Amino acid sequence: MANGVIEQLNILKQCRRYGLSLWQCPQFLFLLMGIIIILVSIISYLIGARYIADPEAVALIVLGTTTLLFVISFIIIRSFERTAEASRMKSEFINIVSHQLRSPLTNIKWTFELLTSKELEVPSEKVEEYLNNVKDNIARMVELIDDLLIVSKIEQGSFPIMKKEISLEDLIKDLVSRFKVFAEASHIDLKFSSQENLPQVYADPSLLKLVTENLIDNAIRYTKGGGRVEIKLAKEGENVVFSIEDSGVGIPLEEQKFIFRKFFRAENVIKKRTRGSGLGLYVCKSVIEKSGGKVWFKSKEGKGTTFYYTHPIK
Amino acid sequence: MKKILFIEDESALQKTFGDILRQNNYKMVSALDGETGLRLAKSEKPDLILLDLILPKLDGFEVLKKLREDSETKETPVIILTNLEGMKEINQAVGLGATTYLVKTQYTIGEVIKKVKKAIGE
Repeated sequence: MANGVIEQLNILKQCRRYGLSLWQCPQFLFLLMGIIIILVSIISYLIGARYIADPEAVALIVLGTTTLLFVISFIIIRSFERTAEASRMKSEFINIVSHQLRSPLTNIKWTFELLTSKELEVPSEKVEEYLNNVKDNIARMVELIDDLLIVSKIEQGSFPIMKKEISLEDLIKDLVSRFKVFAEASHIDLKFSSQENLPQVYADPSLLKLVTENLIDNAIRYTKGGGRVEIKLAKEGENVVFSIEDSGVGIPLEEQKFIFRKFFRAENVIKKRTRGSGLGLYVCKSVIEKSGGKVWFKSKEGKGTTFYYTHPIK
Repeated sequence: MKKILFIEDESALQKTFGDILRQNNYKMVSALDGETGLRLAKSEKPDLILLDLILPKLDGFEVLKKLREDSETKETPVIILTNLEGMKEINQAVGLGATTYLVKTQYTIGEVIKKVKKAIGE
């Protein structure tokens, strides 16, 4: 009885979470159907017992029919539930995206107000600092929107993959030289080594660049106060294995299972995430898996993180 | 000179807003995360607290709750300055005892200063 009450309370909570009224809420409808089916089977058993010679057969038929009905309705309602969940996630997604866009937007807006204000005086030495602030925040918005477009393409399955023979080694070398200034500014020793005579891979260079760039950027960003970031490339069977090790902050154990998700759940976003689009690793995973590879990581809080991905050679 | 504690993790915003508060003759104390904010609220005894909701270490709701539980900071006006604008968040913050709830992108910096002056009693 107590369990039943708790169950029911949970259902009400679930319905509220989906923002649905009781009559539209899958869980509630399912419970209702169950009750109706049980009542109907009891009634038909009672009727059957009185009027038919073989009550056992009746009971079996009734039981069989109701079980079947129960299973079918369960399937219907499960799919209904998935739709409701998807719709809830979409709203949550929009909510988070608008918040993430608003943060840099506020910075830009207020800085401009400051610069153009008639009442407030902006000392000339501050002007450059303010303009740099605007520039940084515009870059943040551009990054977020780029990531969003990629996510949207991935989800619609319309992401174009244009493969050709490329040298992953050259691609990474190029990226490493581009990140050199950023790494130095953060007191990070950025290293890259590759196994000799590595074969070329058949891949989409722009996608591999996007993934690798994201991973290097994260490694540097999360290695606060200096340290090292080491990239390695090797051949393993039919795959090329990329690894990037940092001596950074690491990923707390309880967060590890969430990190490839598109944003954290809203509650976690509020508590944990303050920067970045929250889409980078989701993009990495989707892109690599689509190209036939795998992404994984090892991490220890306070010690550092190593991300790996594989890409088939052919 | 009145003292304002600004709890906000965006350092760029800390800088611009700090400059404006100083121009308006306020002393600004800044905190980049919730824990530091709470500690400074007790040690610095500000006349007003500007509080963001999404913060590292301790989120704004927790900070507000703890401020209201403490007899020393119970009466300090707290202006929520955030980019979240769900009814849920607004009700929660007001329920916890926020003085005002401002959505950053919907206010100009001048309007925020006016709200600050009003809450501080000037």
